Amino acid sequence: MSLVNLHQVHKYYGDFHVLKGIDLDVKAGEVVSIIGKSGSGKSTLLRCVNGLEEYQKGGITLDGKEVTSEDIQVRRLALSVGMIFQSFNLFPHLTVGENIMLAPTIVLNKTKAEAKTIAEEMLEKVGLGDKFDRYPEKLSGGQQQRVAIARALAMSPKVLLCDEITSALDPELVGDVLKVLEQLAAEGMTLILVTHEMNFARDVGDRVVFMHEGKVWEEGNSKKLLSEPETEELRQFIGAVL
Amino acid sequence: MIEFSNYDIIRNLIFAAQWTVLLSLVAFIGGTLVALALTALRLTRNSILQKLVAVYIELFQGTPLLMQMFLCFFGVSLLGYEISAWSAAILALTLFTSAFLVEIWRGCIDTLPKGQWEASRCLGMSFLQILRHIILPQALRVAIAPTVGFSVQVVKGTALASVIGFVELTKAGTMLNNATFEPFKVFAMVAVIYFLLCYPLSLSSKILEKKFNVSR
Repeated sequence: MSLVNLHQVHKYYGDFHVLKGIDLDVKAGEVVSIIGKSGSGKSTLLRCVNGLEEYQKGGITLDGKEVTSEDIQVRRLALSVGMIFQSFNLFPHLTVGENIMLAPTIVLNKTKAEAKTIAEEMLEKVGLGDKFDRYPEKLSGGQQQRVAIARALAMSPKVLLCDEITSALDPELVGDVLKVLEQLAAEGMTLILVTHEMNFARDVGDRVVFMHEGKVWEEGNSKKLLSEPETEELRQFIGAVL
Repeated sequence: MIEFSNYDIIRNLIFAAQWTVLLSLVAFIGGTLVALALTALRLTRNSILQKLVAVYIELFQGTPLLMQMFLCFFGVSLLGYEISAWSAAILALTLFTSAFLVEIWRGCIDTLPKGQWEASRCLGMSFLQILRHIILPQALRVAIAPTVGFSVQVVKGTALASVIGFVELTKAGTMLNNATFEPFKVFAMVAVIYFLLCYPLSLSSKILEKKFNVSR
């Protein structure tokens, strides 16, 4: 069953044609890694899926239903699609616990007590159960990113979008964040990640999508695609990153 | 002719200074309220509203407060309404203050990373929820020092209310000078009182700035 489906999505920034007819189908529970050079449209693609960017042609369906601009306007879309950013984007004036509790309280109208239970559970899940009352600035980058994951999970999304979420981290902190993702994948969470972590894409991901010049250039089973690339462009890209 | 002792002059000036303080306070509060409304309009994505706010700012930042004072006083009378010097001064100072505060606050809101808006939207928050829970609490911390700093300009701006006949500190000084013919002494005292009003404000602005910078 297809959870997220993009058909012929075109996106322009003024005259610049960023996405040139993207077709992509992601099934529930699938882990899809989007790779490619910077400027190939990976992040833009992700941002179209959750309505942060508008696209000009084509359509996106979520759970079989067409995503309308009204869904985006009334933020219905945000309830099903969680997003993690490269720069964490935690709210610096709120504690870790408050960061996670805010949206469940004001968007989902949960009580403080319910939201607190959820927040504690999610923090436990990302291995930061003891950081509830800390402020984000007191945490390392890796810890902040895991809080951001917990914050997104607290809204119980159907799919989690990850936009280069380990790119801003010190190398020794990347592992902790990837471990959390791996655990989520094992629990059956649907993940679409823009990533440069080829090992993660190969070992944990089900499928790799290689984007080039605004198109899906090549896609397929992650192990097969990364070891036997068919196009010259992907071969070059893999050669450059590995 | 009545003789004015130094004590008389100071007593009269301090009495008039109360009106300066009151005028500053009311204008500052009025300006803050108007600026809040304008800031909200500006943050909506309606380009017509944004243009209107921009024109408003240009208009009141681009003309002397003195002219605004005159226009409020005589302009409103021309429309057939009776307006006291006090009301005209409040009106002009409120318009003037709000035009500057909107601009100061915009700078403060713009210093917040775009990611704060995006992360909030991705969590399903509405525009007003984002403003209330995410943007304002953070922008307030940044805005407090420059806002208090600007209040000094408001206090000094009240001096111009003297030209439309409102008896505040400057006008009282002029009147006392006319009676005593000791301009240097009188206006020196006026200046000292302004300084005593403004210095604590600029000082607290500096302290606030340090305080909020360190804890960030």
